[in-house]
Amino acid sequence: MKPRYAPYFFLAPFFLLFGVFMVYPLFDSIRLSTYSVRGMRHQTFVGFENIERLLADPLFWTALWNTAYFALGSLLLQLPVALGLALLLSNARLKGRNLFRLSFFSPVLISGVFIAVIFYLLYDRRYGLVNKVLGFEIPWLQDPDLVMPALVLAGVWRWAGFNMVYFLAGLQSIRRELYEAAAVDGAGTWQTFIHVTIPALRPVIAFVVITSMIGSFQLFDLPYVLTEGGPGNASMTMVMYLYKHGFEFINLGYAATIGWALAVIIGVISIIQVRFFGVFREN
Amino acid sequence: MRSPLRTALTYVLLVFLTVMVLTPLFWVVSASFKPTGEIFSYPPTFLPQDPTLDNFTRLFQEMPIIQYIVNSTFLATSHTLLLLIIATMGGFAFAKYSFKGRGILFAIVLASMMIPFHLVLVPLFTLLYKFGWLDTYQGVILPYLASSGFGVFLMRQFILGVPTDLIDAARIDGSSEFGIYWRVIIPAVKPAMGALSIFGFLGAWNEFLWPMIVLRDADKYTLPLGLASLVGVYRQEYGMLMAGTLLSILPIMVLFLAMQREFVQGITLGAVKE
Repeated sequence: MKPRYAPYFFLAPFFLLFGVFMVYPLFDSIRLSTYSVRGMRHQTFVGFENIERLLADPLFWTALWNTAYFALGSLLLQLPVALGLALLLSNARLKGRNLFRLSFFSPVLISGVFIAVIFYLLYDRRYGLVNKVLGFEIPWLQDPDLVMPALVLAGVWRWAGFNMVYFLAGLQSIRRELYEAAAVDGAGTWQTFIHVTIPALRPVIAFVVITSMIGSFQLFDLPYVLTEGGPGNASMTMVMYLYKHGFEFINLGYAATIGWALAVIIGVISIIQVRFFGVFREN
Repeated sequence: MRSPLRTALTYVLLVFLTVMVLTPLFWVVSASFKPTGEIFSYPPTFLPQDPTLDNFTRLFQEMPIIQYIVNSTFLATSHTLLLLIIATMGGFAFAKYSFKGRGILFAIVLASMMIPFHLVLVPLFTLLYKFGWLDTYQGVILPYLASSGFGVFLMRQFILGVPTDLIDAARIDGSSEFGIYWRVIIPAVKPAMGALSIFGFLGAWNEFLWPMIVLRDADKYTLPLGLASLVGVYRQEYGMLMAGTLLSILPIMVLFLAMQREFVQGITLGAVKE
């Protein structure tokens, strides 16, 4: 093999798989979304009918609302927790630092299915640990108004330690002189935090906000196992709705349309966030 | 200088938070060894008063859990090995060669990391149907590997740090390009491969939705699929559910403890080095 062909040879496996299993399906999903598909062999072209149906589908809007609720709730609750954990652990002389970090991180290792099983028991109305500690019989998973907050809390438990690692790395890369200068200027703890730490962390905050938004919008396994989208459709998410149409009703055209709606929403949110944080702005 | 009071407060807060995070996990371990009656008792017992292995024996008797463990291990291991090959080869090409189209190809790799896998669930399913790959392991693994852009990017970052002199020296010694990859690059980036492999293994071990769509035959199920089906049948069998959960998360915890440093290094690279 000549050196000039070598890079193409080394890149071939990735681009081959990417082409067959990502690029081709992406185009195919555009085609599918203009068809009504009943089973594998019955396809009829329907043009924009799927999109019209989607916009008028109240259940789609419910799923979108629930997913947005989860994403926003996670953002507002989980990120401050993650940053707080990182700040607590940022002192290098802290004893047992590694052990604390490991504990906070451990839920990340667990599959959503097992987390759902654990929280299914934790949230049990009569026997769950949560209600035993609180001393009430709160119907976390049976009350339509409580089920999404319950999922957000489970999400905090699952992901806060993961994002903490990013914040920790970000905190460690802040130059010491910045803090020393702030101390010379007589800045208090809070002022230092607002005027030194937060601006210096901006790239990391941007990264964490964008990735956790993208992740949140793809929420599936937790509600699928924990609540099956219920009670009613109070915890139905977009990917669950996609799954239901694609693989339970075998309504592939409509499911592909939901997939595109999801992609457009994720894309728009990512662009807004990238602009908001000025990720590509020279500094 | 930090005041002693502040240090003490930090510790109190950290210990409290650690208890919050670990209690559910501790509860899983404790409940797996409790008889069903005790799980429901009030006030809740911290340690099993009457430890038993019943939950585990029933789990092994009523569910092909060993089969699930074997399947999960096979699937996650093959996924990880393929990911390592794809990522190191791609990363090597981007880091150490200049060639026509490098810029645009690298941009495609970066963009591929932004595409949500769920967007293509449906067309992928029809594609696998055409290939006759439904209910096969290659049907689970290969499409998932189309999302290895992150791995390619990660390995490129590490391979950039390998001295180009080493490569030139090998080339003068008459080594082939593949020989350079195999004998110079691979040994130099072993730690980074450790980080990527725990990533790949964790992802494949824990993935739920995609294997659920592809696999039909219950004998081919992975641990998450098996346990999810257990939830459907044994909604009230908390002890068995907890024992199954414990068995599923134990291997990954052990793997992580063994390789935690590489792992933390790997996940932060993307956020900080850019």
